[in-house]
Amino acid sequence: MKILVCISHVPDTTSKINFIENNTKFDTTGVQFIIGPYDDYALARAIEIKEATPGTTVTVLNVGLVDTEPTIRKALAIGADDAIRVNAEPTDSYFVASQIAEHAKGFDLVLMGRESIDYNSGVVHAIVGEMLGLPSVSPVMKLELEGTKAKLAREIEGGKETLEVNLPFVAGCQEPIAEWKIPNMRGIMSARTKPLKVVEPKAVDVTVSLKNFELPPAKGAVKMISADNVSELVARLKTEAKVL
Amino acid sequence: MNSLVFVESGEGKIRKSSLEAVAYAHAMGGTVTAIALGSVDKGELESLGKYGAAKVLHVADERLNQDVIQAFASVLTKAMVDESADVLVLANTSLGTPVAAKVATKINASLATNVVELPNTSAGFSVKRSIYTGKAFSVVELTKSKKVIAIKKNAAEAKEIGSAAQVVAYSVALTDTDFNTKITSTEKATGEVLLPEAEIVVSGGRGMKGPEQWGQLEELAKVLHAATGCSKPVSDMGWRPHHEHVGQTGVKVAPQLYIAIGISGAIQHLAGVNSSKCIVVINKDADAPFFKAADYGIVGDAFQIIPKLTEAIKAAK
Ligand SMILES: Cc1cc2nc3c(=O)[nH]c(=O)nc-3n(C[C@H](O)[C@H](O)[C@H](O)COP(=O)(O)OP(=O)(O)OC[C@H]3O[C@@H](n4cnc5c(N)ncnc54)[C@H](O)[C@@H]3O)c2cc1C
Ligand SMILES: Nc1ncnc2c1ncn2[C@@H]1O[C@H](COP(=O)(O)O)[C@@H](O)[C@H]1O
Repeated sequence: MKILVCISHVPDTTSKINFIENNTKFDTTGVQFIIGPYDDYALARAIEIKEATPGTTVTVLNVGLVDTEPTIRKALAIGADDAIRVNAEPTDSYFVASQIAEHAKGFDLVLMGRESIDYNSGVVHAIVGEMLGLPSVSPVMKLELEGTKAKLAREIEGGKETLEVNLPFVAGCQEPIAEWKIPNMRGIMSARTKPLKVVEPKAVDVTVSLKNFELPPAKGAVKMISADNVSELVARLKTEAKVL
Repeated sequence: MNSLVFVESGEGKIRKSSLEAVAYAHAMGGTVTAIALGSVDKGELESLGKYGAAKVLHVADERLNQDVIQAFASVLTKAMVDESADVLVLANTSLGTPVAAKVATKINASLATNVVELPNTSAGFSVKRSIYTGKAFSVVELTKSKKVIAIKKNAAEAKEIGSAAQVVAYSVALTDTDFNTKITSTEKATGEVLLPEAEIVVSGGRGMKGPEQWGQLEELAKVLHAATGCSKPVSDMGWRPHHEHVGQTGVKVAPQLYIAIGISGAIQHLAGVNSSKCIVVINKDADAPFFKAADYGIVGDAFQIIPKLTEAIKAAK
């Protein structure tokens, strides 16, 4: 079995978001980058399948410039066998999906996160599925393989749905599909020598172009209300905030 | 400009998020055609006219009572052509978003999800998207002639402006490929307020101590007609179902009022609530970080404050 896991390289969830160059560029000052948390679930599930199914290989793929390599190495340390980096700035979902589709043929499973936590588009898996003519399902909370079929659980508003699908397919993952894995010392050592292939991007039609970024307006100070005066809260929610 | 709006329904009723999508398309101008799939009450379909749809296409194919995403995408792709639509508008939901992605790919359109405002068409066609889990926005130009836009809650206000629309039967020949995923079961909370659509959310964290304490939180939610939510550890421990988990890795809510009880306010939780209009925090620790993100705060014990608050709301009605 061959599994492809697509990982994004994104600011740590505690990062303060700022922009530079007239609000056209993300400010990486002081920001720590991680494997997208959802992508990390996809990777963890792939490694679980590899451990349970002899002969399985896990390839990770990232579309990014050279600064994403530490993040890719981390995925190798967690247990992926080899990696591909498409040497390009991941400008938008369509661009990223087009690059992934170039390399995703021949895999039995293509696992991604439900969404990247920078662009939050939640669409790369569906676009890749469409480009390759494969089914795609997201957000997947459970993935069990049964021969050439898989049983999945997908989260929907206020509940969940269970599905069956034939391999190969594309899935966008989220918890509780697997537990995040932390690399051990042996993993970290071996990751250094695992193959990381760098390939150039294919030319893609521009479909969206960034004009600028914006930050939300700052929030006013909190108004504290005494625990002995709960009815004041209700009155203020009615007359001041006008939300009741 | 012609737009097509994909309308979702549940238990025969149109979803509020879809009414907002119709209102959004109407506010853009041009002719608005809505399309609904599967069984939906006829009255509900006609009522889409009140929100701005000039015509409603209805695909009454029973196989589409389930959310068969691939088949939905095929139907919408054909409808885009038949209606000569330039823009497809949908709600950013577990059904709408993947359908949007598939249709956009099939028709070679510009795609934007998580859109928070009407487009700016003064020069070109640009939309504002929520990114970095609500911590920022990006303004992007949609450069293709065809566009697919998935909107976030509150991107447009669903208000009644017109009269009933004409409902036209519509059908598309579907193939086996359209059913390449087989839905074997659907579990859905019925008759309750859906968390992503709720105008008021009452959320509990680890400070609630255990699942047996949720009764009083649900009671408060009930008097407010609110949906209930929770923090990640609460759903991880199985106190509450996963679909109630709010935050960076869970549901992103955008209610008028978010009441957080016994939640510390970790940045990953805040990422899911920062689109709320008003935030109330109840926590026994005056230094809980959540107070910094709140509009109103009460320092105190949840188990004493919740019943008082429930009573005060009943009294104010
Ligand atoms: C990558 C990543 C993603 C994450 N995603 C999410 C996410 O999507 N959503 C999420 O919620 N978390 C998320 N987390 C976890 C997050 O960091 C916090 O651990 C979590 O939000 C804390 O939950 P909590 O506030 O319920 O618990 P705690 O932090 O333990 O806080 C409990 C609070 O209850 C208060 N309290 C205790 N007793 C009482 C009482 N009797 N009355 C009133 N108050 C009381 C305490 O003062 C405290 O402030 C994520 C973490 C990571 C690393
Ligand atoms: N630059 C990238 N390189 C590789 N995979 C990516 C990249 N960006 C996004 N993905 C994958 O696509 C998923 C959905 O991303 P998005 O549609 O941007 O929310 C992510 O969870 C990743 O698995």
